[in-house]
Amino acid sequence: MCLAIPMKILKIEGDRANVSSGGVQRTIGINFLKNPKIGDYVIVHAGFAIEKLDTAKAEETLKILEELQ
Amino acid sequence: MKYIDEFRNIGIAAKISKLIQEEARGFKPVSFMEVCGTHTMAVERFGIRRMLPENIRLISGPGCPVCVTPKNYIDKAIELSKIEGIIVFSFGDMLKVPGTDSSLLKQKSKSNVKIVYSPLDAAQFAEKNQDKKIVFLGIGFETTAPTIAATVKYAKKKKLKNFFVYSGHKVMPPAMKLLARDKFINIKGFLCPAHVSAIIGLKPYAEINKKYGMACVISGFEPLDILQSILMLIRQVKLNKTRVENQYSRVVKASGNIKALRLIDEVFSIKDSDWRGIGIIPKSGLVLSRRYADFDIEKNTDLSEVKTKIDKGCMCGDVLKGIKTPLECGLFSKKCAPENPQGACMVSSEGTCAAYYRYGSGRK
Repeated sequence: MCLAIPMKILKIEGDRANVSSGGVQRTIGINFLKNPKIGDYVIVHAGFAIEKLDTAKAEETLKILEELQ
Repeated sequence: MKYIDEFRNIGIAAKISKLIQEEARGFKPVSFMEVCGTHTMAVERFGIRRMLPENIRLISGPGCPVCVTPKNYIDKAIELSKIEGIIVFSFGDMLKVPGTDSSLLKQKSKSNVKIVYSPLDAAQFAEKNQDKKIVFLGIGFETTAPTIAATVKYAKKKKLKNFFVYSGHKVMPPAMKLLARDKFINIKGFLCPAHVSAIIGLKPYAEINKKYGMACVISGFEPLDILQSILMLIRQVKLNKTRVENQYSRVVKASGNIKALRLIDEVFSIKDSDWRGIGIIPKSGLVLSRRYADFDIEKNTDLSEVKTKIDKGCMCGDVLKGIKTPLECGLFSKKCAPENPQGACMVSSEGTCAAYYRYGSGRK
């Protein structure tokens, strides 16, 4: 039930945002995000973004995974 | 999908599996627990168990919110749905859970039960249908609690008099402490939940690590995340230096999500909570705080008369604590299957029994 997917912010209006992923678009609440911006990836659960996805950290983890030994 | 597909690379998965095999060679058998139901589902779906050596055992914990919701809650929700003028709104997973005589799904055909994706949809429905009383079944851990809190605040702002929450929310760390203390379960480390941790951060696990010596790794939900986290757990145990590590750093911050935590603090109060199959865990539940009591259905409707019969033969309790696997339950895949579930672990798509049944784990 804690499944949540990364979606990209396309538009922001107050505490609501339009997000998209894999061709699916949704309007979600961004009430508890700190400084959300257009282009940010956010983790969406039950109609709300629960946190931003740090793309630099994601790349860092992927690099670690590739180099892991 | 971006930031999902990259973490499903089969070549890298095979490499990490090989590293795990090498690292665990000659190791005494050790058990780790994946606490969260979404991890359980991913472990089964991606065949992670089959990529581990025999001496590394991954056992499933109580982190499926639907599974740990007590039967009495379901019975009360069903009673609510029978009251004239009330419409019960719920996440879809809850509907098939058997109560004493019925389920919300069976009620759906004869009374007012609706499924929503977001709690906000229920509040917006209440706004448009002020002649109806809307009750939202608030189920879930720290991941879901802030979404309900934001919805209750929305209802207050809109001065809604017909929107209520029946809160069955629970918090994870007290259950993890209980399991860490249980010598019978005997686990050496936790694969800590991904999105619960996005809200609560690293601090609650520091206590679990310090007090009980548990290895703790916060893990993402994709197969590479899970495999890397298992490798991190093995390396911690091997060095005999357990600590809290964050594999899912792309989402989880050390502090957690402070705005979401404040929202939970404002809208909810902590109380003792009954976990199906486990019993009462002190300070493990969330109910609406005094300030938001007008939105609490339990304060606005008398549900004390609802009686519940105890489950017989179902081993969900032991399965939820990781003491037994579904294969050790006499009902599993015989009397109990997804189309006719006896216990909650078979109902929820994230339940351990449902995951075992669907992906055939451990079946010869």
